[in-house]
Amino acid sequence: MDNVQVYARLTDIFHEVFDDDSIKVTPELSAADVDGWDSLTHIRLILTVEKAFKVKFSTSEIGKLKNVGDLVDLISAQAQPR
Amino acid sequence: MNPLYAELRWLPRVPSDFSARLKALAGSPTPLGGELQALALHALDLNQLTRLSKAIARARGEGKSLDPLAPFRLAVLSNSTMDMIVPALEASGARHGIALETILPPYDQVAQEALIPNSMVNRSKPDAVLFAFDYRSLPLKLTLGDEEAAAAVVDGAIGYLEALRNGIKAGCNAVCIFQTFAPPAEPLFGSLDRALPGTVRSLIDRINLRLAEFVLGSGDVLLDVAGLAETVGLAEWHNPQLWNMAKFSFSDELIPLYADHVARSVAALRGKSRKVLVLDLDNTVWGGVIGDDGLDGIQIAQGDARGEAHLAVQRLALDLRQRGIVIAVSSKNTDEVAREPFEKHPEMLLKLHHIAVFQANWNDKATNIKAIAEELSLGLNSLVFLDDNPVERGLVRQLLPQVAVPELPEEPAFYARTLAAAGYFEAVTFANEDLKRAGFYQDNSKRLTLQKQVGGVDAYLASLDMTITFQPFDATGRARVVQLINKSNQYNLTTRRYTDPEVVEAENDPSVFTLQVRLADIFGDNGMISVVICRPGDTETWEVDTWLMSCRVLGRKVEHMVLRELTEHARGAGIKKILGTYKPTDRNKLVIDHYAKLGFSKIQEDDSGLTRWELLTEAEGPEAAPMKVVSLFVPTAEGSLVQEQRTADLAALRAY
Repeated sequence: MDNVQVYARLTDIFHEVFDDDSIKVTPELSAADVDGWDSLTHIRLILTVEKAFKVKFSTSEIGKLKNVGDLVDLISAQAQPR
Repeated sequence: MNPLYAELRWLPRVPSDFSARLKALAGSPTPLGGELQALALHALDLNQLTRLSKAIARARGEGKSLDPLAPFRLAVLSNSTMDMIVPALEASGARHGIALETILPPYDQVAQEALIPNSMVNRSKPDAVLFAFDYRSLPLKLTLGDEEAAAAVVDGAIGYLEALRNGIKAGCNAVCIFQTFAPPAEPLFGSLDRALPGTVRSLIDRINLRLAEFVLGSGDVLLDVAGLAETVGLAEWHNPQLWNMAKFSFSDELIPLYADHVARSVAALRGKSRKVLVLDLDNTVWGGVIGDDGLDGIQIAQGDARGEAHLAVQRLALDLRQRGIVIAVSSKNTDEVAREPFEKHPEMLLKLHHIAVFQANWNDKATNIKAIAEELSLGLNSLVFLDDNPVERGLVRQLLPQVAVPELPEEPAFYARTLAAAGYFEAVTFANEDLKRAGFYQDNSKRLTLQKQVGGVDAYLASLDMTITFQPFDATGRARVVQLINKSNQYNLTTRRYTDPEVVEAENDPSVFTLQVRLADIFGDNGMISVVICRPGDTETWEVDTWLMSCRVLGRKVEHMVLRELTEHARGAGIKKILGTYKPTDRNKLVIDHYAKLGFSKIQEDDSGLTRWELLTEAEGPEAAPMKVVSLFVPTAEGSLVQEQRTADLAALRAY
C-alpha cells in the first residue's frame, strides 16, 4: 500500500469517525484543525485506524502522535504489503 | 474475536447506502422512528453507531418526532469512561424500538450522584439508572484463605451497591440496572483461585451470586456482563491498554455487543421483547426437504452430525416454549407432507401439539407470517422468523420490517447459537403466567386458509436482480438433470424418472425439446432449478413429458418464464399446440393447478385425478417476470440442422 492509498483510506476513516465529509486529510492535519477532535474521538480514530490497517500501536507511540503525518509513518512502518 | 458476537452476525450487514440514508434523515418526513430503527437494524460498528446517535440527537434537537420509538431516559453511573459507549447505547436503543435519552454525570461521581437527593441524576428523573461498574470499582481486598474476612469483603461490596440503590430509590425512584462483574483474566495462584476464599476470582464469584439474589428479589434488573464476558472470553473482554489509556472497562470492539445487551434489557422493561418463534421447516427444523427426500431421507437423527444440528434448533425451540415463547411454523409445503415428520418421525423432538399455528402452504411467507400474527392476536413486532433461506429472510424483512429475522450462517450447527445470541426473547422477570402462555395460544390452534397476498412481492422480486438462464440438455448439466428428474417430488407434473442413458438419448434426439434452467440472484447462484422435456405428439404438437422445478425458487415466477421460453421454441419449430399432463402422486398436490395458472385449458380429467391440458402457441403467454433472461440456444432452425447432421453421422457410422 503506497502513501496515496494510505491517505485515501485515512480520508474515508476521518469522514466516518468525525461524521464530516469536508475534512481534507493532509500530513499537517492535527487535532487543532478538526472540530470535535478531542481526546476521546482521538482514541476512536486510533482504534478505527488500527482495525482498518490491521496494525497495533503501543501506548507510547499513540502518546507521541502530533499530526496525520506521524500517524501515516506509524502505519507505513507496520502495514503488511497487500 | 468471535465474529458472531463482536460483529452482531445475526443482523444483516450494513447497506452501502447507509451514509446516504443518514444524511437523508435531515429532510425526511417525520416521524423518524421507523427509518431510525431500520438503520439501526444492521450490524453497525462503533463509528456507525456513533453517527446514528448523532442523527438521533439532531432530530431531537430540532424537535422532530421519533415515533413510534418509545421514549426512555437512562442515567448511567460508572467508574469507567462511558462517553464513547453512550452514543452506542442510544443507537442500539433505536434498534430495539426505544428512543433512548441518556444522562451521563461527570466521570467517577457515582456515590454523590446516587446518594445526594438533588444530584444531576436524581433531578433528571430517569426511568432507569444503569450502574455500569466493573470490578475495579469495588474495594476487593485480598483476604487469601480467610473465610471470615472474605465474607466481610463480599458484604461490604453488596452493602455499597445496596446503599447506591437506596439513594436512587429515595432520590428519583428509578429502576436500577446492576451489572454482574467480569473477573480479570489474570490468575493469582491459577486454578486454586476459584476454590480459595479471598482471591479476586472467588470474591467476584460470590459478589455476583449475592448481587443476582438481591436484584431478583428487589424488582430491579440484572445485566449479566460477567456472562457476556465469559461468552466472548475474558481475555477478549478486558483490554489493559485501553484501561490504562482511557479507562475503558472493556474492549472497544465489544461496545456494539454490550450496547445491544443494555438496549435489550431496556426494551424488555418496556415490554418490547418478542413472544413468538416462527420456524421454517425444510433445512431449518430438519436437514433436507421433506417433499423431495421423504420421511426416510430427511436428516434429524441423533448420531448424524447434520441431524443433530437441526435437533439443537428443535431443542432450543422447546426450551423457549417452556419459558412461555409461542412456537409457530411457516413452511412452503403441502400441509399433510409437512406434518408427516411431526407425526411419524421417531427422532423429532417437536411435536404438533407444541405448535400453536401451523402454516404449511404455497403462499409467500410474508403473507403466512401476517396470518400467524393475526391468528395469535399479536403484533408483528412480537414475532421472530427463523429460516435458512436468505431469499425468504429478505422477503419477510422487506415486506414485514417489524418481524425480527436473524441472519444465519452457512453451517446449521450454529443456527441455535445464532438465534440465542440475538436475544430476541430477553426477559427481566419470570412469572408463573409465562409458563402457561404457550399453552394458551395452543387452544386457538387451527390451520389458516388465506389467499390474500401481502403487497409488494413483485417489487421484492425485482429487487432480487434475478437472471434466468435457459439451455438445452448438455453433458455438463447432465448429472444434475438426472438428479432433479429422480429426486423432485413436489413441483413435478408427471414424476417420470429417467436414467442417465435415457437422458442422453433425449439430449441427442433432435425431435425432443429439452430445457435446463438456472437461476441466479443477489444472494448467489441457485444452480439448475428446473427441467423440461417435450416430445413430439400429433402433427405440430408437443407433449410435455416432464416439467419439474426446485421448490427453493417457488413463488418467483420461474414457471412463467419457462413457459415463455418453451412457447417461443415451439413456435420456432412450427408447433401449434402444447399438451400438458398432471399426473397426481401423494407428493405433488402443489402443482395441481400448474397448467391452469399458466393459461392452459383443461381437455380431459379421469377418475385417478389425472388431467390433460392444452395451450395454443399463438396465444399470448404469461407476463414476463422481473428477471434478466439469457437463452443459450443455437438459433432453432440452424440448431436442429446441426443436431440432424450429427444424427446422420451416427447413422452413417453404424451402417459402416
